[in-house]
Amino acid sequence: MRKYSVFAVAREALRGHKGWGPHWASPEPRPQYDVIIIGGGGHGLGAAYYLAKEHGITNVAVLEKGWIGGGNTGRNTTIIRSNYLYEESMDIYEHSLKLWENLSQDLNYNVMYSPRGVMMLSHNIHDQQSFKRHINANRLYGIDNEWLTPEQAKAYCPPLDIAKSARYPINGAALQRRGGTARHDAVAWGYARAASDRGVHIIQNCEVTGIRRDETGRVTGVDTNRGFIGAKKIGISAAGHSSVLMQMADVRVPLQSQPLQALVSEPLKPIFPCVVMSNSVHAYISQSDKGEFVIGAGTDQYNSYSQTGGLQIITHTLDAICELFPMFRRVKMMRQWGGIVDVTQDRSPIQGVTPVPGLYLNAGWGTGGFKATPGSANLFAHLIARGEPHRLAAGLTLERFRTGRLIDEAAAAAVAH
Amino acid sequence: MLLIYCPYCEEERSELEFRNAGDAHIARPTNIAEITDEEFEAYFFLRDNPKGVIFERWRHIHGCGRFFNAARDTVSDRFLTTYQAGEPKPDLNAQPKTSATLETYDEALEGAAQ
Repeated sequence: MRKYSVFAVAREALRGHKGWGPHWASPEPRPQYDVIIIGGGGHGLGAAYYLAKEHGITNVAVLEKGWIGGGNTGRNTTIIRSNYLYEESMDIYEHSLKLWENLSQDLNYNVMYSPRGVMMLSHNIHDQQSFKRHINANRLYGIDNEWLTPEQAKAYCPPLDIAKSARYPINGAALQRRGGTARHDAVAWGYARAASDRGVHIIQNCEVTGIRRDETGRVTGVDTNRGFIGAKKIGISAAGHSSVLMQMADVRVPLQSQPLQALVSEPLKPIFPCVVMSNSVHAYISQSDKGEFVIGAGTDQYNSYSQTGGLQIITHTLDAICELFPMFRRVKMMRQWGGIVDVTQDRSPIQGVTPVPGLYLNAGWGTGGFKATPGSANLFAHLIARGEPHRLAAGLTLERFRTGRLIDEAAAAAVAH
Repeated sequence: MLLIYCPYCEEERSELEFRNAGDAHIARPTNIAEITDEEFEAYFFLRDNPKGVIFERWRHIHGCGRFFNAARDTVSDRFLTTYQAGEPKPDLNAQPKTSATLETYDEALEGAAQ
């Protein structure tokens, strides 16, 4: 792999940028791999990268039915934070946040991680009590999160309307300064390039149509539209299609696939310094480095694989944003899209072994998978390599729906769902 | 936004009037205190999440307020049919019910008056 650096840029500038070459190789699949990861998004590519880097397993293939980063990795609103309520969540999201901080150096690829701060607006006494509970839980656990008065919030984010007469008055905010955004495509491309460099096969346009098992029930490989590919271990990291894949192994999982929409505005000059979320009125917004406002809407109420969603969902979000930031009322929206998120009943992810030997599941990240990409990938690689979960992901098992030990982030209401 | 045919109101109305209520045809165990954890998990948490035809409940919450069932394709979001609660899973080859197309404003007013 050619190392990217300022010298490489200078050299290529003199040579008309003709020497860059492809980021990753596109080999023909081998008949047999040690590990197959289904799903070429950030989580899957990252898991392949960490398998090669930290566990010395390089005979790995990542199978992607479309193209790299064309699923939810390229469809999210790129928000990164770790201010969750429960220890199981804080463990994995904080692990992820720490990896974000050095990811560009680690991958030798600029993922444009920008810790510009994630601010959550409080509109009423219930928000305030809930956020302060989160702040206390986070700080006791060593995660930064702080309470701001409306004036402090306005100083941090000047476009905010904190007038008492506002439609959605603001009585304070929670701020995680280390939270922020990253370039989502770069995360997928960076992981793909770094994994490919360590010998991982990245196979695009390769859809899994079946999971084969031997007479003991152990996995032996997958059927794909490019023929059978053998594997000793299989990791599923396929977001909205996780339950479809698990069904191929005759396992029912507590996941529901729903459309989640996002949209971006026309590019404007830099005006918006941080990420602002409001869970009560369901709006979240940030400004990308290109100048577009990146806005996340809610999920539709029904199960769907259509990668689209109802117009009323995004107009509801835009209504709220226009109330919170009256100066944006005449901004034009440029693009809108949907992704299919797999949601669990407790709104916490599932990462663990499955009833099928050799089959591992990383799913249920729902509406918040992007921020977890490095941490989830890192711990999923550990799970696949060792056959048992890492300490930081030990609570995210599939069994918790049987034992009742749920991680009830949905009721904790810290997150926009 | 979906257009949903309520089998009680016998009319297609906008999705805004409805609330999705998850999988249909789930029978609550009558001996819920005695079932095992596995059985409870299967009843309470495990749901069909098909890429294709799903049988699901809807409630016409801002209309008649009643629950009914629907068969819908989760890839195209097209409703195959809707039917009243308590009815068995329907024949999906049958023609879906929709409101008759109204040609004139007078017809629409007439419908509202009825």
